[in-house]
Amino acid sequence: MTGPAGVFAAIVRRELRRAARSQSEALYPLIFFVLAVVLYPFALGPEPALLARVAAGVVWVAALLAASLSLDTLFRNDYGDGSLELVVLSGTPLALVALAKASAHWLLSGLPILVLAVPLALALELDGTTLVILLASLALGSACMSLVGTAVSALTVGLRGGGMLLAMLILPLYIPLLIFGAAATSNAALGLGAAAELYFLAGLLVLAITLTPWATAAALRIRMG
Amino acid sequence: MFAFLHKYASLMHFYRLSARWSGWLALATALLMAYGLYGGLVTAPADYQQGDSFRIIYIHVPSAWMSLFVYMCMAGAGAIALVWKIKLAEIWLRASAPLGASFTFLALVTGSIWGKPMWGTWWVWDARLTSELILLFLYLGIMALDNAIEDRRTGARAAAVLTLIGVVNIPIIHYSVEWWSTLHQGPTVSKLDRPSIHIDMLIPLLVMAFAFTTFYFAAALARVRGGILAYDRNTNWVRDLVGRGTVRGHG
Repeated sequence: MTGPAGVFAAIVRRELRRAARSQSEALYPLIFFVLAVVLYPFALGPEPALLARVAAGVVWVAALLAASLSLDTLFRNDYGDGSLELVVLSGTPLALVALAKASAHWLLSGLPILVLAVPLALALELDGTTLVILLASLALGSACMSLVGTAVSALTVGLRGGGMLLAMLILPLYIPLLIFGAAATSNAALGLGAAAELYFLAGLLVLAITLTPWATAAALRIRMG
Repeated sequence: MFAFLHKYASLMHFYRLSARWSGWLALATALLMAYGLYGGLVTAPADYQQGDSFRIIYIHVPSAWMSLFVYMCMAGAGAIALVWKIKLAEIWLRASAPLGASFTFLALVTGSIWGKPMWGTWWVWDARLTSELILLFLYLGIMALDNAIEDRRTGARAAAVLTLIGVVNIPIIHYSVEWWSTLHQGPTVSKLDRPSIHIDMLIPLLVMAFAFTTFYFAAALARVRGGILAYDRNTNWVRDLVGRGTVRGHG
């Protein structure tokens, strides 16, 4: 019998291994993220001053969209091949499964997006100090996105039009993150302190870690009924 | 005590007990609304700055209050549905969602109509307006998820989970005024010690808020009674009822 840490590690390892074996699928959200950011200079024009002003917001919005797209696949394969049903039946604490799934999602989507955000933000003429705040806010925010997204993804797994429905349900829930993330970076760009917004994002993350695993567990139990 | 609760939670008993409730609530709504509208549109003095155009407050503010109140009712019903698996709470939740969405929409539209003469624009990206818009999307999401799932009970319970996830948004909406002070006026009614609204304006407003509340319960009850028949449509008591042609007042 493996302990909670063993179960957690096993699920995360399994997700990472699966991503390593179907690399192209794991890359889609990241390529989408880069593309979404690259579209903005075409839409707004290449003036450096304008791009510098919108850069942080553009990166944030693209990260939100990429996260909501990649969440669609989080439970889909497990649902399709029946392993999700086995997990629910096995008596493994579902909150633990939820936490492990969310962590794996962050490692596969949130973390690479943070790395990709650096060259993209620099290409959009963002200055160094603002970039640091952008990365800090995005790190906290993307972890929240993975946690909340896991719960909503569990609710919509296997439904017709699941991907669009998921995006429609999840984006309103992400707006508070976007507000605080954007406020932190715009404060930093003006030379003001961004600590308050970052603390707020950290508070939301703690709330999400505490509550969303139970919501995901309830959602899985209802959908697998 | 539990037997009593169980009796109320049983769909058949609730259907029979509530036969007249919706009508009485509708009557109360009509009386309160007539009084509130007369007080608000006729006897209340014109505002010294906004003239008569402030009178839209008697629709706008109760709608905005109800948009939150209905959501809290849904969250309560959702929690009851998930914890005690009471069917009535599931039906109440799904019956309330379109009503809540309508109140939210009404608050947004009347706010926009009010904003044009006062602020000179139909829409500003102000915190409270934006939060109300987010609330509308939450309602639409709950309705969409409920519709997307074929099985009624699974759909209602999934919607309950989503409602409870979204309830985190309610305090954010409520305290957004303090967090991001922008164009929208601050709270004028909740400052109970010294409200910055004249008492002749305030009383019709409170009466209207009460009328909107009774309207919500009247409409929700009518929808719940319809929902009960749909839930139990394969049971004998509904067949008997429909067979004898005495199904009344379902919405």
